[in-house]
Amino acid sequence: MSKRRPYNRELSSDWWLKDIFYSQYMLREGSSIFITLYSLILAWGVFRLSQGEVAFNAWMEALQHPLSILFHLIALAFALYHSITWFSLAPKAVDLWIKGKRLNEKIIILTHYIAFVFVSIFCLFIIIS
Amino acid sequence: MSKKLTPSEKRLEIEILRYHPEQDEEPYLQQFEIPYTTDMTILEALQFIKDHLDSTVSFRWSCRMAICGSCGLMVNGVPKLGCKAFLRDYYPNKITLEALANFPIERDLVVVMDDFINKLEEIKPYLIPEKEPQFLTKGTYQQTPEQLEKFKQYSMCINCGLCYSACPQYALDNKFIGPAALALIARYNRDSRDAGSAERMKIVNQEVGVWGCTFVGYCSVVCPKGVDPAAAIQLLKVESSKDYLIGMFKP
Amino acid sequence: MIFKQPKKYIRSHEPVFWGLFGAGGMLTAFLTPIMILLTGLLIPLGIIEPEALNYEKLHSFTSSWYGAAIILIIVALPLWHTLHRIFHSLHDLGVQRGRSWQQVICYGFAFAVSVFVFTLLLQILTM
Repeated sequence: MSKRRPYNRELSSDWWLKDIFYSQYMLREGSSIFITLYSLILAWGVFRLSQGEVAFNAWMEALQHPLSILFHLIALAFALYHSITWFSLAPKAVDLWIKGKRLNEKIIILTHYIAFVFVSIFCLFIIIS
Repeated sequence: MSKKLTPSEKRLEIEILRYHPEQDEEPYLQQFEIPYTTDMTILEALQFIKDHLDSTVSFRWSCRMAICGSCGLMVNGVPKLGCKAFLRDYYPNKITLEALANFPIERDLVVVMDDFINKLEEIKPYLIPEKEPQFLTKGTYQQTPEQLEKFKQYSMCINCGLCYSACPQYALDNKFIGPAALALIARYNRDSRDAGSAERMKIVNQEVGVWGCTFVGYCSVVCPKGVDPAAAIQLLKVESSKDYLIGMFKP
Repeated sequence: MIFKQPKKYIRSHEPVFWGLFGAGGMLTAFLTPIMILLTGLLIPLGIIEPEALNYEKLHSFTSSWYGAAIILIIVALPLWHTLHRIFHSLHDLGVQRGRSWQQVICYGFAFAVSVFVFTLLLQILTM
């Protein structure tokens, strides 16, 4: 009779805390919670906008609340973390070939950052003008 | 190896996860102390233990030069090839060795790899020629360096299984086809001599195919041969999406 | 020789959600940090004049069809990205019960908010 009895190790539900790489992955996925909340704040802003000037100004004023500032600070950190991870993984999804060689990863990442800076300045310019 | 322990030698503590199916209910850690030299690999440390300290320690190995893919194990929780990991990168800290994660333990550091092998077989890991193969009189199938470059890195896989033990999605649901099998699909689908893409895309398109991946990306980090399964999977996600669109228009 | 029945493969509908996830993720990566900085920090703190985002300006922008389209995309598309991630994170955290319900709730939420914003914008547009 076979003495075989393969042992299956259970995966604990906190597996993502056991290795820094997994923790960073979960942090990246977790950024979506804050970006969801931010989108909801914007959606609420559109709702207040549709109700007229008084309602919209109340929404603008609510954004000045210290808790709102604190939330936006945290959300900004997570949003930036999303951007950084998104850009660093971008080369893996790009299958561009130039003269028989795959486009250099660093060029792809750098292009993303340049576009990021350009978009940010553009938005700033639109708001100020 | 007839090396004798002398008191003056530097020493290193190694902990090994032991499991004997015929007597143990569950695995347990056992401590060993070995002499340390800067050129020693984890595999050599295991061989020292087996030769001098405890002959019952079981582990797989063959080539000692990172090409057979047999000696994969967890070194301090990170999947490594025993022959490619050196003690000097851990000394003087204690090293903990465990069987490759996400696979059932057969005995000590030996795991059951059947599921992994079945998945590699399932994807038809060989060139599938066109319906009407080229006659020999027309010469051999030729390939330009550019065409070779498109799939070359994916052909470097040695089937060691490290990427599966790095993949939380495989750990959560082992129906997921997994990184190495998907990289191997990319290797054949991207080969200009192959005409089997349509068959393999059926595997890719499944929920447990390419869509079982959430892009953790650890597979590409642990690969000892520089294969990038995460990139292969991203490219296959794009291919699968194209295939989905085409499928909508001609059912 | 054992004859193996050919395996039946079922195509996943994930490409639809993955496409929206990718588009939303791309938009979020480029636009969300500066948006949060402007609407959540610089303007409320008065570093940029609150007048920069006043009712008049925003209302007239939203009253054009392209303005409304831009607002809809900026507000709703990130949700298709984030809810996709939340849906898969639930699986990562080992919440295995009712996967199809989780799916309906996650993508249903993104859909509901999208429709909500779309309706509001249509209302402003036809006002």
